[in-house]
Amino acid sequence: MIKVSKWLATSLVAVSLAASANAALAADLTGAGATFPFAVYTKWAEAYKAKTGNTVNYQGIGSSGGIKQIKAKTVDFGGTDSPVKAEELGASGLIQIPTVMGGATLVVNLPGIKSGDIKLDGPTAADIFRGAVAKWNDAAIAKLNPGVKLPDTAITIVHRSDGSGTTDVVTSYLARQSEAFKTEVGAGKTVNWKGNEVGGKGNPGVAANVTKIVGAIGYVDLADAQKNGMTFIALKNKAGNFVLPSQQAIADAAGGADFSVKGMSPDLIDQSHKNAWPITTATYVLAYASGRDAEKQKSVVDFFGWSLNNGQKMAEELGFVALPGNVVKMVEAELKKIK
Amino acid sequence: MSDEENEIDMNPSNPTQVTGAVPAIDPQAERVKVFKRQDAVFHKLTLSFALIVLVVLAGILISLAIEAVPAFRQFGLGFLWSSVWNVPDDVYGAVIASYGTLTTSLIALVIAVPVSFGIALFLTETCPVWLKRPLGTAIELLAGVPSIIYGIWGLFIFAPLFAEHVQPYLQTVFGDVPMIGGWFSGPPIGIGILSAGIVLSLMVIPFVASVMRDVFETVPPVLKESAYGVGATTWEVVWNIVLPYTRVGVIGGIMLGLGRALGETMAVTFVIGNANKITGSLFSPGNSIASVLANEFGEADPGLHVSSLFALGLVLFVITFVVLAISRWLIARGTAKQGR
Repeated sequence: MIKVSKWLATSLVAVSLAASANAALAADLTGAGATFPFAVYTKWAEAYKAKTGNTVNYQGIGSSGGIKQIKAKTVDFGGTDSPVKAEELGASGLIQIPTVMGGATLVVNLPGIKSGDIKLDGPTAADIFRGAVAKWNDAAIAKLNPGVKLPDTAITIVHRSDGSGTTDVVTSYLARQSEAFKTEVGAGKTVNWKGNEVGGKGNPGVAANVTKIVGAIGYVDLADAQKNGMTFIALKNKAGNFVLPSQQAIADAAGGADFSVKGMSPDLIDQSHKNAWPITTATYVLAYASGRDAEKQKSVVDFFGWSLNNGQKMAEELGFVALPGNVVKMVEAELKKIK
Repeated sequence: MSDEENEIDMNPSNPTQVTGAVPAIDPQAERVKVFKRQDAVFHKLTLSFALIVLVVLAGILISLAIEAVPAFRQFGLGFLWSSVWNVPDDVYGAVIASYGTLTTSLIALVIAVPVSFGIALFLTETCPVWLKRPLGTAIELLAGVPSIIYGIWGLFIFAPLFAEHVQPYLQTVFGDVPMIGGWFSGPPIGIGILSAGIVLSLMVIPFVASVMRDVFETVPPVLKESAYGVGATTWEVVWNIVLPYTRVGVIGGIMLGLGRALGETMAVTFVIGNANKITGSLFSPGNSIASVLANEFGEADPGLHVSSLFALGLVLFVITFVVLAISRWLIARGTAKQGR
């Protein structure tokens, strides 16, 4: 029965998207996709409507859904956290631009431990998340944290139970740090968790589980982690420094990345800036380069062009990270290709 | 309407009308024809409504089966008894999720049936009259609470309390008992198979209890009064008179509850822990078919993953169907026994 309702829901979304796309005024936009940037797109749409009177409607149906819907042409733009590969973009005639950045943080629940008290390097974090390090007072953790009183508590891994771009970026980072993690757990939106593990639905679900379970370690996006006042782990970055997640550390990570590649989706994980937060990601928007209603295409360009120049402060207030200035210029150039 | 029917009925037995002036175009006969036609149309109409149910059912089953074909082609029937659910490697099996579904539902019934029985017994036999209505209404209200509310309550209120107060207690009491000690091993984190079963039992109780109450009330007072008259206690009356008399309805109520427990999604997803593994401990997190579907459908990549999710849906469908079939059989057997 569930499957049916899910299927129905998907087709209803498709139908309603198609219907609203047709029924709306020519300049009104409909988009759908990743849930991660939902808050910021909605905020932008609100401000944009106040400014121009044009409506932009974004539905958070997940990254895979966003890609499916833009390919089915039921929406004017699609949102995705996992960038579409350059070859695939060319083949389907899609343009891809980054909009905002964010990061996944590693959070823990240990009584008496504050943010930054526990420091981990990539391989140790990977060993914890594949269940090989099972106790907080394990020698591998103790070695990196001299002087910290580590409890004899079992580690509970808290992960996303739903398929998620956040899982994708975290597991991609860990898989690069450890071959064992890559083969045992894997990297992707849904992976094969090992050890003493618990799944939570959505970022709030993971945050809730970490807060409830003593000895838990999990990953939550920066915005949700800050909102919930969670305890961060400091992670050793490529430059060899232990850094805490922050908007600045994510911006620093993006500063060194080359956004001029096709698809504008450079690898943001484990950047070499001395202050870079290693688990950094961006979220993307997909639109057709040509062949759609000209009026709407112009609106897509106008909305994102306006948002990139006027909406970055709104994004930061919501816990996201603005694109660097030079990248905004590049995105504007890319938007010009949409006709 | 009834007047007209009376006239029609009286028609053949009324010779003066039959031998009337114009027997060939008897207005009464004409009206009978119209009624018959209306009846026929009404019959066809209701038949088509009923057939829609069958069509929808067949449609669901067929679409599930078609979508599940790639998974069964890849894994064969081994899908049904494979306990692997590995998304990165694209290898899937139904055992972990089926185990979660069946175990949580079983726990729910083990708790819900005695409690519901107690509730129904109290309401029909020993409850003071002034309390009957408010209590009955409260139970029906509980049945109407959306499942997401049970889920949120389970995760944020029940699970922490359960982890802090109940699970350590269960471990000290049962931890060293052979056989069942393993059920209560592992870290007490509040969410897992047992928690999901308990939350499910709370959701099932109103259904089972209200059905039991309704069937208990159908017992003819004369039977119970006769039993009381020969000196039976309340318990003896319930056990020897009420239960045998209502066995069919009670089984039906339990199966209704079981059906709800098997398919429950949201509440289970919140408290079951969503881990794809079987450990044998009821404290450990697991996954049910419904929770796997709810979690993974949204972002599943087309291909084997989606197809395996459809196959899981098919398995759930079959499990539910089997449960219904067993309940039908039990009811039929019960009815036959009663006839003797």
